[in-house]
Amino acid sequence: MTSQSNEIKTSQSIMKNLNLRRLLHTYGTQFGILSVFFGMWIFFIVMAPGTFLSSRIYYSFMSTIPFFAMIAMPLTVIIIAGEIDLSFTSIMAMGMVMFILTYNATQSVWLAFIVALATGLFIGWLNGIIVVKFGIPSLVATIGTQFFWRGAVLVLSQGRSGTLVYTKETLLHPLLVGKIGGVFPVQMLWLILITVGTWVLLNRHRFGAHMYLIGDNANSAELMGVNTGRARIMGFMLVGLVSAFAGVVTSLHVTYFWPSLGEGYLMRTLAAIFLGGTSVFGGVGTILGSFIGAFIIGAIEAATVAIGWTGFLTQLIYGLIIVLSVVMHTYLGKRLT
Amino acid sequence: MDYRLELRKVSKSFGEVRALQDIDFKLGRNEVVGLLGDNGAGKSTMIKIMTGYYQPTAGQILFSGQKIEDLTVPKARQMGVETVYQERALAELQTLWRNIFLGRELNNKWGLLDVKKMKTETHHLMTQSMGFTSTAVSPESIVGKFSGGERQGVAIVRALYFDAEIIILDEPTMGLSLKETEKLLSFVRGIKAAGKSAVFIDHNIYHVYSVSDRVVVIDRGKIAGEFLTKDITLDTLMEKMIHVAESGSLD
Repeated sequence: MTSQSNEIKTSQSIMKNLNLRRLLHTYGTQFGILSVFFGMWIFFIVMAPGTFLSSRIYYSFMSTIPFFAMIAMPLTVIIIAGEIDLSFTSIMAMGMVMFILTYNATQSVWLAFIVALATGLFIGWLNGIIVVKFGIPSLVATIGTQFFWRGAVLVLSQGRSGTLVYTKETLLHPLLVGKIGGVFPVQMLWLILITVGTWVLLNRHRFGAHMYLIGDNANSAELMGVNTGRARIMGFMLVGLVSAFAGVVTSLHVTYFWPSLGEGYLMRTLAAIFLGGTSVFGGVGTILGSFIGAFIIGAIEAATVAIGWTGFLTQLIYGLIIVLSVVMHTYLGKRLT
Repeated sequence: MDYRLELRKVSKSFGEVRALQDIDFKLGRNEVVGLLGDNGAGKSTMIKIMTGYYQPTAGQILFSGQKIEDLTVPKARQMGVETVYQERALAELQTLWRNIFLGRELNNKWGLLDVKKMKTETHHLMTQSMGFTSTAVSPESIVGKFSGGERQGVAIVRALYFDAEIIILDEPTMGLSLKETEKLLSFVRGIKAAGKSAVFIDHNIYHVYSVSDRVVVIDRGKIAGEFLTKDITLDTLMEKMIHVAESGSLD
């Protein structure tokens, strides 16, 4: 009897172990990034309790992090498909130039908003066409288009900045960058909406399933009848659309347009994605990882200042955390599979 | 005779290279046809035309006597063609269930996936058809961690799941152990027993001979000859293959 019950106990413990392994295997990346997130959070609270135990800093994060975190979502999708889009910083600005030109011509902020989004979609489509139809690697193609559209922004705006105060008199302003109850930034709700929408697309829609397959083995995907070209073009269009949207949100937040809009976001957006466990080789990545990654990246700058370190340390810490996280993802990936 | 699949005067060129020239090929109902030929003879190009992956430069493709224009992979699948590719066409970083439904995900009219059903179906296929009984394997297992035989099992089960009428196997024994190869050959015999048709391509002449009703020899993009296996011994077939390899024809 005793040996039988021991056997049952052993097999139960094996099953538990297997279930745990399976769970870790499936969600290993998310566990990794979540542990980095909580580890850093505790560190910040210990080092700067005055700042990190007050709600103000969190409202501030929810106000500024969405500007680039929004773009990180569709960008994660395109990186999972084995591509990259470095032109999103210029798309942010180009969408705003079209916004201003349309407003100046029609005095309608709504039409201006729609034209800005359509501009993003068009530039995304063009990126997709260059990559898919002409077979240019997306890294090279979007370096090119990044310069081209930044050039177009400078030519069209004559390098001048401009006020957007007039948008404050319209419903568009509170709808995109208002504050609920005077404190909660609406752009955070947009970020959540974009995050959930992209998650559904990636994990519960045929489009997302195809993006994973393309990034993993494009040849297999084609043999199995997946239209890899169309899926990738749609991925680039999604990045274009959200980038233009983020450009409008960022500009309306400060009611000001400046021609270098978006330039500071390239590295931190990519850092958030890679920190979140998305593989630069494609086929692997999660939306939750990029979401948390964006908040870690966004918090580091504020934290270094709050802790009393010099702001010059920010980039050094960015680099350290990214390298450590990527090493950890790779190690966990090998151990758990 | 009513053929399930027919190629009429099919040619395929890649730029200056003529991969196939005037191929006439027929696959009957409930028939297994073996395709034999040296490396670069055009076997893979021929099956990629049958599956809609390549479009022929000239010639016609017929399914059950009906001419099909601009055959694509999805269209060929609609006509009941399933393929187990040489490279197995698996996405190795993805889960088992994603691989089973690769390119043919179960979704509603909005494209939203029925993930639960795909996982349940995969679990069923895993235990019933693939013989995976280990608790370490689940629909969430990553395919890249499977053995060669298990991966081939995934590719075959995927082909069977969609109730194909014509199953094309391109070098399916490559990288398999002896035991796994025997299992695969009995599977090909099972296709015929189930009233379906198959095209079997393999380097190994013994494998092809043992499962095929008819053997078609292809050399340098042309059909060099064909034999009913019941009319020819394995030794004679071997001799003819060597002759074809040396001279390019059976004469």
